[in-house]
Amino acid sequence: MTTMQRVFGKNAAYWLIGPAALWLGLFFLVPMLSLLTTSLSDPAGSPIYGYDLTWRVQNYVEALGDYWPYLVRSLIYAGIATALCLVLGYVLAYAIAFKAGRWKTVMLVLVIAPFFTSFLVRTLSWKLILADNGWVVNTLQWLHVMSPDGRLLATPFAVVAGLTYNFLPFMILPLYASLEKIEPHLIEAAQDLYASPWKGFLNVTWKLSIPGVVGGTLLTFIPASGDYINAAFLGNPNTQMVGNKIQALFTTGGDYPHAAALSVILMVLIVAMVMVYVRRAGTEELL
Amino acid sequence: MPQASEPRRDLRLKGLHKRYPNGYTAVKSLDLEIPQGSFFALLGPSGCGKTTTLRMVAGLEDVTSGTIHIGDQDITREKPYRRPVNTVFQNYALFPHLTIAENVEFGPKRRGVKDSAARVKAILELTELTEQAGKRPAQLSGGQQQRVALARALINRPEVLLLDEPLGALDLKLRRAMQLELKHIQEEVGLTFVHVTHDQEEAMTMADTVAVMNQGVIEQMGSPYELYTNPRTTFVANFLGRSNLIKGTVVGREGSGADAAVKVDMFGTLVSIQADRVHTDSKEGWIGIRPEKLLIQPAGSQSDDPGNHFSDAVVISSSYIGVSTEYVLKMPWGQELICFEQNRGVRGGLVQVGAHVDVSWRQEYVYLLDSSQDAEAGLEGA
Repeated sequence: MTTMQRVFGKNAAYWLIGPAALWLGLFFLVPMLSLLTTSLSDPAGSPIYGYDLTWRVQNYVEALGDYWPYLVRSLIYAGIATALCLVLGYVLAYAIAFKAGRWKTVMLVLVIAPFFTSFLVRTLSWKLILADNGWVVNTLQWLHVMSPDGRLLATPFAVVAGLTYNFLPFMILPLYASLEKIEPHLIEAAQDLYASPWKGFLNVTWKLSIPGVVGGTLLTFIPASGDYINAAFLGNPNTQMVGNKIQALFTTGGDYPHAAALSVILMVLIVAMVMVYVRRAGTEELL
Repeated sequence: MPQASEPRRDLRLKGLHKRYPNGYTAVKSLDLEIPQGSFFALLGPSGCGKTTTLRMVAGLEDVTSGTIHIGDQDITREKPYRRPVNTVFQNYALFPHLTIAENVEFGPKRRGVKDSAARVKAILELTELTEQAGKRPAQLSGGQQQRVALARALINRPEVLLLDEPLGALDLKLRRAMQLELKHIQEEVGLTFVHVTHDQEEAMTMADTVAVMNQGVIEQMGSPYELYTNPRTTFVANFLGRSNLIKGTVVGREGSGADAAVKVDMFGTLVSIQADRVHTDSKEGWIGIRPEKLLIQPAGSQSDDPGNHFSDAVVISSSYIGVSTEYVLKMPWGQELICFEQNRGVRGGLVQVGAHVDVSWRQEYVYLLDSSQDAEAGLEGA
């Protein structure tokens, strides 16, 4: 008899799962049902007086028809940001795991350090850095890399850069966790078995870090594709992402049903993409 | 079998030296020649430099100075993946994401060998792993993993196979079985095996030649029989088996040629030691004798054993091990000696603690070591 069984009796497992199940039920399942019903309600209602559930599937057709460019743009921006995070994050995680020596802890703390300030503040400070009269633009113009009237702020570049910056730690940490677990002996064994450093990396290090790659790309891509803060602060009306549209529909538009429908579409799209991705990466055990 | 016309591909280490950036010298100007096709063991306590030597041969450790040759080919600065050498790692280092067959095929694949599938099949048969081919390393027992590590290295038919404490992680019974199996496989494939171990019994059972290493240098090298019967230093005498070391003073020489001997006075008894068993030039020396070469008799009983005799020894402890009994004897000059006696039943029982006994040995088993060496060297590792 384990201690848990002595305390909770025969149904120890249920007691232990209970609090989490209750939490999930209240704060995930109920809002999800609310979102689904709202998405199928008549948009003729209002946020104040409520909406009638009329099973109006038309909401979805309209949301998709009106806002598909935002969806596509979101996936493209999030995709580019994820790819950039993977390249930057892999190099850094590799360096921390294998080359940092006694600086390992310091470097890990530096990776996490941005979390100590608000997401909003950090994104706003990027706005200052990329500003039209900021030192970055001035320097680039002085170097003639940029034309005198060129700008960084309010461009797709700024939005993707912001996304990359904000979600980089989410890429680095899972990558580091899986790289750090790799036995140095395995890399020596690969070399001993005629693998050049590059071949050894591809066949051993990279393969063993795939769980980290999958985990990191999911943790980056999923929030990045639903993000609206970066596009709102660093972009222009033509760089708006689906998150901005959903936010606008909910707040200024007051059109809950279409906002809900667009949210559900985004969610289904991401879940479908993740499932295909994870299956292709051969890491089903992560799901 | 090497053809007579082909040049021999012996492994030769010349002046091999390893100094780490922190100043620690692990290997000191090592000279070593390992004949092609032999089973060679580097034996020593942990930290003696044997693993560093092995890693330098594998190319996993930079050489500070000195050279490594296989035949005429200088591989001192060769990249590890270009050396005709493979390693069986201490913890096996099997690739966890690959199946057993894929692990074994790793080397041939990197080298672009055409018939790798057939070779994998053959080597898995040799190592009795055919049924495990599709499994992952984590699903295998320790002994099986050990065989995978061996198969993964052997399949490449390296000129030299390096084994770094390959049996260290196995339990005693499995280790004994694997020792025989490894020896058998080596004889079958005829490759040069360089085996690093701290287990003297393992080295002696398997290797044709054993080099005993201590603090970065080779103390002595030879066949297990040579090393055991005629150790040259106190370290070898203590690390390889056990030794009784007794202070003696050289008093003269006699005979010449093969019969030459050195006379040593040992607390009043004159011991005659063959010249080729004398390993010191000084006046003083450690007279060494293996515990099983000490014969004991109840005091006063008639003894016709040839050699040196000592009376008035007292048994101060005995431990019965079944096949033999280990006695600790207090000699008249106060020193304690160890004596192993086979339990052949000739005496009809054990000698009791406190009994007075006569001790004798045959002089041809005695060796003389340098008195400046520590009589306890090598004991902590044994």
